[in-house]
Amino acid sequence: MSDVQQAVPRGGHPEAAAKFVANDARAHWHDQALWWVRKKRDVASAAVPDWEALRDAAAAIKAHTLSRLADYVEEFERKATALGAHVYFARDAADHNAIVHRILSERGVTKLVKSKSMLTEECHLNPYLEARGIEVTDTDLGERIVQLRHEPPSHIVLPAIHLKKEEIGELFHEQLGTEKGASDPKYLTEAARQHLRQRFLQAGAGLTGVNFAVAETGGVVVCTNEGNADMGTTLPPIHVACMGVEKLIPRRQDLPVFLRLLARSATGQPVTTYTTHFHGPRREGELHIVIVDNGRSAQLKDKVFRRSLACIRCGACMNTCPVFRRSGGYSYGWIVPGPIGVILAPGRDAAAHRTLPFASSLCGSCSDVCPVRIDLHHEILAWRQEIVRRGLLPWRKRAGMKLVGWVLRFGWLYRLAGWLARRLVPALPRGLVYARWNGWGRQRELPPMPRETFRQLYRRHRGEHQP
Amino acid sequence: MASTSRDDLIGALRRNAPRETPLPDLSGLGVEFADPPKQFAESLKGVGGTCLAVPDRAAAHRALAELPAYAAAKRIVSLVRGVGQGNVDLGAVVDPHQLEGLEVAVLPGELAVAENGAVWVDGRFLQHRAVFVITEHLVLVVDAREVVNDMHEAYARLEPREIGYGLFISGPSKTADIEQALVIGAQGARSCTVFLVG
Amino acid sequence: MLTVGLFIPCYIEQIYPNVGLATLRLLEGHGVRAEYVEGQTCCGQPMANSGCAADAAPLAQKFLRLFRGYEYVVAPSGSCVSMVRNHYEPLLAGQPGFDHLKRSTFELCEFLVDVLKVAKIEGRFPHKVGLHQSCHGLRELRLAAGSERRIPPFDKVRLLLQELEGIELVELTRPDECCGFGGTFAVNEEAVSCMMGRDRVADHERAGAEIITAIDMSCLMHMDGLIRRDRKRLRIMHVAEVLAEAEAAA
Repeated sequence: MSDVQQAVPRGGHPEAAAKFVANDARAHWHDQALWWVRKKRDVASAAVPDWEALRDAAAAIKAHTLSRLADYVEEFERKATALGAHVYFARDAADHNAIVHRILSERGVTKLVKSKSMLTEECHLNPYLEARGIEVTDTDLGERIVQLRHEPPSHIVLPAIHLKKEEIGELFHEQLGTEKGASDPKYLTEAARQHLRQRFLQAGAGLTGVNFAVAETGGVVVCTNEGNADMGTTLPPIHVACMGVEKLIPRRQDLPVFLRLLARSATGQPVTTYTTHFHGPRREGELHIVIVDNGRSAQLKDKVFRRSLACIRCGACMNTCPVFRRSGGYSYGWIVPGPIGVILAPGRDAAAHRTLPFASSLCGSCSDVCPVRIDLHHEILAWRQEIVRRGLLPWRKRAGMKLVGWVLRFGWLYRLAGWLARRLVPALPRGLVYARWNGWGRQRELPPMPRETFRQLYRRHRGEHQP
Repeated sequence: MASTSRDDLIGALRRNAPRETPLPDLSGLGVEFADPPKQFAESLKGVGGTCLAVPDRAAAHRALAELPAYAAAKRIVSLVRGVGQGNVDLGAVVDPHQLEGLEVAVLPGELAVAENGAVWVDGRFLQHRAVFVITEHLVLVVDAREVVNDMHEAYARLEPREIGYGLFISGPSKTADIEQALVIGAQGARSCTVFLVG
Repeated sequence: MLTVGLFIPCYIEQIYPNVGLATLRLLEGHGVRAEYVEGQTCCGQPMANSGCAADAAPLAQKFLRLFRGYEYVVAPSGSCVSMVRNHYEPLLAGQPGFDHLKRSTFELCEFLVDVLKVAKIEGRFPHKVGLHQSCHGLRELRLAAGSERRIPPFDKVRLLLQELEGIELVELTRPDECCGFGGTFAVNEEAVSCMMGRDRVADHERAGAEIITAIDMSCLMHMDGLIRRDRKRLRIMHVAEVLAEAEAAA
């Protein structure tokens, strides 16, 4: 992550999305890029004959785990500590940052290498450490790119999906000294390799996220492709692993269920290049595991939204979401965008994120690709009800719905309104009908108004055809 | 006395827990291949690696000697007796940073997973963990009888043991972070060759 | 003779009455007496989908009261039927007749296939047709398997269309991507909604469709709005209209 925090766009998602869409070529390019990742997921999942059974099992394991999470946390802590790891508990983002900083500063670490951790993005760890004199290098290529650009990642798995290779080439030319105009991905990746290699060699500690923490063994599992997490945890002697408390799973034998789903869902690969298991520190090294709450235990209480704690942060929902693909991660104003973000962000701050649950057509594609069967589109709808309940829906919309509700309640009123619409719309001048207030009419024609309603046609039909 | 973050968290998780639901039966999961070694080779190829089936370690050594990356290598580690002529003694290496510049590492793998081209490498045998990722080129040697169908079988095989440090490696390091263009050789090994021996 | 309650969505009743007529003719042609229940207005979905469930509650009550007595309720709409089957629960749970209503309210094509056991529609429809998979029908009512799930493929709507004489169902690049209507989404997120709609229309156009059909008129109304504004040479027809026209031309 960079030193820039993900800002909630003024006007919320609709306004930010409109800007994104306005660059038609770019929006289509972004849409196509993510659709392609969705298609790769389709191919990968088609090769797994028990795919749907795996999803069932994953959902059930997560549901069970959440129902016994306190026990599993205790078991994990006990086992991990017995192996020689230090286990810490952070109640919120500030607590997490202070703990990580203390671990590093007590050991005189001034250079940290990080592999991808959405949790640390959520806690805004980077600026916290940087303000206290610790150099933080995000070592995942996509994350390093956005870090050098001082922007946040726009996708939880594909951080730089919003950037074209020419832009990355330009960035590397300015910052890493690559040739001007060079944009070949192989060339740029090689330059990043050399640049990051130096950072790994100089780092005093490596920080990773945790994909799965196994209660039965006290071990943590990290799944990556580039080798950056493994470079960062095998060279420096200190490894800090940060995890949301929901990352726990009960047993080692539960791992294969998730490992067979994760990479296929995320990028269409059968598995990540590296699936590394850490049990206690290495010889002459240290392992620090920071377990974070930051609203998760509160979310567990909610009968509906607790189900989205099962999320394994694969990003499949984002790739399939027709709205995410056409509006980009920055339109969401939170570090985790897309369908899952639309559920999690309002939990943090419903007022700030009140437009997010409406940034969805409720198509349900996300729920069908979710490897752990979170009913995303139902939870998005539930958030809309919550937004209204908390009085956060703009009064105009609330009034509009009440009015429509009243008209539809009474048959005669509904018929009258319909009659007026059918008579007036064709009669009024076009400029009036398609005025600015007509949100539908900006890019669409209204449907042609018929003379008669179905009720009238039905009566005639029944009159003509005696039953 | 003020409660700790730990106690608060565990207390909250207990209080807010949903009604308990059981763990599922995992016995029906998994996939079976007609020819697991063949499937392993295909899967490995699909992730950018190469699988070579050889009758014995001597044959593996001969095939290794012909690989351009090995032939050109100046610094080589081999932790598999009879395969590869190592010239870096890991036992004498004090600090893994010294391994920067390592060109070929020949390491033992214990299991090969047909469904995804992954090989289980146990940290016990590595001496320095960094060796598998800092090397430019990675060679893994696995007994051909140790090919399993899928990850469930792999973990079942690993079940009784204590894992200190271990990992599945599936092919060479890679990234697609630049416009979704797949680049083989990101920050770890640029190539991954697996010998299935026997 | 089997009698069903005909549930005509508000916007079909008012704006696309011919879809209702086609539905009626289709059902009658298959030996069903379909009664348009006087007093029906709307299932309440626009309110419920805006989060205003309280405003939808009286409409749900009214719906139950009007349709409670019927053995089956049939509607030419996936989203409205989904509202009754999947979203009326919090509004009507425990009320007499609700359990039966939930189990007996059907979208038209699934009624034909699952209840009337229609295996093939005898009819002629010599046109190139693009089948748009309306999201509620697909993912809420499971009228088809969908592109996301790894299950044996099936499609109740396609089943009825594919054997029509002369019909050519064109192949889309994204067979079940959302059109972007989404109810109030169409206005709240107008920019994304229209981009989604245009992309769907373009897919049908590239595939050579003359007619875009679907089980939900709302999707078609949105795409048609774009088609007519952009002056594209495509027509929309509800599946009921296609089938009714086909049967009449048999």
